[in-house]
Amino acid sequence: MDYLNTPIFGFIISIIAFQIGLFINKKTKKAIFNPLIIAIGLIMILLLSFNIDYEIYNKGGSIISFFLGPATVVLAVPLFKQIERLKSSGIPVLVGIIVGCTTAVVSVFFLSKLFGLTETLSTSLLPKSVTAAISMEISKQIGGIPALTVAVTVLTGITGNVIGSYVCKLFRIKDEVATGVAMGTASHAIGTAKAMELGEVQGAMSSLAISVAGLITVFLAPWLLQLLS
Amino acid sequence: MKALKELGIIVGILFTGHLIQQIGKLPMPGTVLGMIILLLCLLSGILKLEKIETVAQFFLDHLTFLFIPGGVGLISSLDLIREKWLPILIVIVLSTALVIAATGLTVQLLKNLRKEEAN
Repeated sequence: MDYLNTPIFGFIISIIAFQIGLFINKKTKKAIFNPLIIAIGLIMILLLSFNIDYEIYNKGGSIISFFLGPATVVLAVPLFKQIERLKSSGIPVLVGIIVGCTTAVVSVFFLSKLFGLTETLSTSLLPKSVTAAISMEISKQIGGIPALTVAVTVLTGITGNVIGSYVCKLFRIKDEVATGVAMGTASHAIGTAKAMELGEVQGAMSSLAISVAGLITVFLAPWLLQLLS
Repeated sequence: MKALKELGIIVGILFTGHLIQQIGKLPMPGTVLGMIILLLCLLSGILKLEKIETVAQFFLDHLTFLFIPGGVGLISSLDLIREKWLPILIVIVLSTALVIAATGLTVQLLKNLRKEEAN
């Protein structure tokens, strides 16, 4: 398959698969049909059925991945735009996010033990609540499998999007700010999409929580992991 | 050429983040350090938002797309998750519910306490 052995192959395949994913998502309007999951699935099926090595695909793929670096840096921009909101809502929001990030790491640690997941798997799951740009880096740092972390991070986002409002109802979380912060802390941008549907305050608080939770988890995850094991 | 200049500033900040991480042997990703540096530059006014806004918005709008190759990398660990996909899903759903509940309840409780204090 020499004619595939060019960066163009992986690059164009990724764009096509993502466009298909976006199309399906737009038609169904369901969080379950997440464009990223669809794209990843389609490409995996393609590679497996034609016996194409991941390395061949990744010649183009790595060019795309390269831009994750600068894209993570500019996550500072939405945080900067909303920093006034963080200052005014202050302590309750900040403490809530810290409690949420701690719950995320600790609950994954113990639930993984309970359900018999190996250490590599549980480590890869540990940072799954924060945005993929950051969870992937944390995963590298603490010895997980970054690719698995990306996948479970997206699944976590979808889960939060789907169950978020039910969980809030169940625990009688009625406050708009509390709902938004909870969605963003637990399920990053995909959960935020749902929070935006619930209302403007929920959406704004949720998107604020994404970057704050990401930053906090960078510090918390390695430290908590050391503490627990 | 405006976009190229913006990209230059962003990648320059990323590079600085990596340098600080390596020289200081810090236990956090260089990309996140870059994010903190950019936030500090914006907050202090050293860097105006307009100087990077177009390219920054482009990246933010297409962020999801950038994760595809990383996710496809899962293909090399398929054996690892083949037998464990159900427990993995259960852990994801339970812990996500716990995080939503813990975060939401904490914020709500603290806000109510604050209100009572004010009264």
